[in-house]
Amino acid sequence: MTDITQSAALAPGGGRTMERVRLLLRSRSGLIGLILIVVLGVLSLLSAFGLLPYDPIAQDPPSRLQPPSAAHWFGTDQFGRDVFSRVAAGVANSALISLVAVAVATVVGTLCGLVAGFYRGISDGVISGVTNVLFAFPPLLLALSLASVFERNWFTIAVAIAIVYVPIFIRVTRGPVLSLREIEYVKAATSTGQSRAMVMFRHVLPNITSIIIVQVTLSLSWAVLTEASLSFLGLGTPPPAPSLGSMIFEARTLIGIAPWTMFAPGVVVVLLVVGLNLLGDGLRDALDPRNRGKK
Amino acid sequence: MLRRLFRNPVLRRILAALATLLGVAVFVFIMLRAIPGNQITAGLGTEAAALTPAQQQALEAYYGLDQPLFVQFFSWLGNIFTGNLGFSSRAQQSVAELTAQSLPVTLELAIFSIVLALVIGIPLGMLSASRPDSPRDAFGQVVGLAGLSIPAFLLATTLLAWLASSFGFNPNGQGYAYFFDNPWLNLQQMLLPSIVLGFGIAAPIMRTTRTAVLEIRSNDFIRTARAKGVPPRRLQVKHVLGNALVPIVTMTGLQFGYLLGGAVVVEQIFSLPGIGRQVLLGIQQKEYALVQSTVLVIALAFVLVNLLTDVLYRMIDPRVRAA
Repeated sequence: MTDITQSAALAPGGGRTMERVRLLLRSRSGLIGLILIVVLGVLSLLSAFGLLPYDPIAQDPPSRLQPPSAAHWFGTDQFGRDVFSRVAAGVANSALISLVAVAVATVVGTLCGLVAGFYRGISDGVISGVTNVLFAFPPLLLALSLASVFERNWFTIAVAIAIVYVPIFIRVTRGPVLSLREIEYVKAATSTGQSRAMVMFRHVLPNITSIIIVQVTLSLSWAVLTEASLSFLGLGTPPPAPSLGSMIFEARTLIGIAPWTMFAPGVVVVLLVVGLNLLGDGLRDALDPRNRGKK
Repeated sequence: MLRRLFRNPVLRRILAALATLLGVAVFVFIMLRAIPGNQITAGLGTEAAALTPAQQQALEAYYGLDQPLFVQFFSWLGNIFTGNLGFSSRAQQSVAELTAQSLPVTLELAIFSIVLALVIGIPLGMLSASRPDSPRDAFGQVVGLAGLSIPAFLLATTLLAWLASSFGFNPNGQGYAYFFDNPWLNLQQMLLPSIVLGFGIAAPIMRTTRTAVLEIRSNDFIRTARAKGVPPRRLQVKHVLGNALVPIVTMTGLQFGYLLGGAVVVEQIFSLPGIGRQVLLGIQQKEYALVQSTVLVIALAFVLVNLLTDVLYRMIDPRVRAA
């Protein structure tokens, strides 16, 4: 709760944000994570704007299973498709699904957590009950079952992953909100006649944003892993659309003759998750009020 | 009397777990109803379209689909309570029989993986914490990050392909050997899947151990113990690790969920006929009764493990016990 008592002593305006960015860039893990995510983000933007050297799903049988060369940086797969273009498109696919999934989970989860923690009563009972039920399922298993219920496309997969991560955001916000509602200035705001919803959004929510930001980064890394696992099992993005998980699945029989088909998507998926994990760790340190003011 | 009983924290946890399980059953039931099609279309496929209205009605009555939803739910729940988990037409076996065969496989895998994860994670966490920001800490942190970031399916496929091609070691290539039929082959078949899952779980255990050890070491009672002349090894094991056990046990319990989910992937890759593979086969073959009941069994196992963790945690930590 130092966050609240110290905020008055800090410079107004952007000073705090700038200090946090500086702290993030100073931590080695935060910096490495940020660089990895920027590089992979550029790769997926190239794919989104159609700037890839080859069409990721265009087959070219005469040039199949070629090793990496100047023409095909990461080689070609069993249908002659360019592995570099497919990996870039796979990152874009991963990023799209994970971003949508985590965005939905963040909005729904944070709202439910806020309401449950701030209003208590019946809403808390219902929300916490549903949270406990969703937590009773192993995450990947729940995503798998949900993905099999819906008709399969990128959006339903994102929704399935979102449902899995909603309870995490509820639990992460509800706890701090429970203690924030007892703090004097929140009580004071309520007693000045502001509506409870107003107090919740203007005085409680800003104090839990740093927790949510860290959670968003870490959840993104899990979402990437979940999407890749679903695709690997054949329950994710339907082919021929490139996905890192299904590329690795297809490459497992080719590893002896064309190891690059496994190597490229494998390394990229690991770098993506490592980048998000490092960024999450760096953000946690940078946003921790105990680390504020460190030179 | 009753009120005092109700205040018992363990009993309250058990009641809460039962309520959660009821919610789980409702959720699984709704999920199954959300799938387009029903037992009739699942059994007959496209031929279901050729049914006359009378035949349709007769089949609906046979499967109980003409009953109101809540009647269907309670008859389903009643069946579950009497051990009738449904029937798999493809395997020509009841789901209860199938689960009785597959559950021990997954439990064996789970036990090996968790033991492996603790054996890797705790010493690595203590090593990292023994000198923060030193090369040995960096080593521990990198291994931990790798465990968190390398997907189980990637590690599993590369390990399998590499060992099979370089050393000809592929115990999982032949049919699965049950422990009591061929223990030596069974253990070989369990080795790689346990390493893959254990490595994934070792990472959070390592991080938890590191954080807990660092925090406990800064306490006054550790300084007092050191001043009293407690030998360093005893200090590390009894005073530091003993107190770090609470978060480690909690984290291990939480990882059980990861384990059951990861088991789906790993069992599929290593052809282990466990419960995760049973779910996946059910999904692929559209045998929803099989999926529904198996998911319910897995959730039950998960809730039980969480309950157990909670009780264990009370036994380890006298502060919680007193509360």
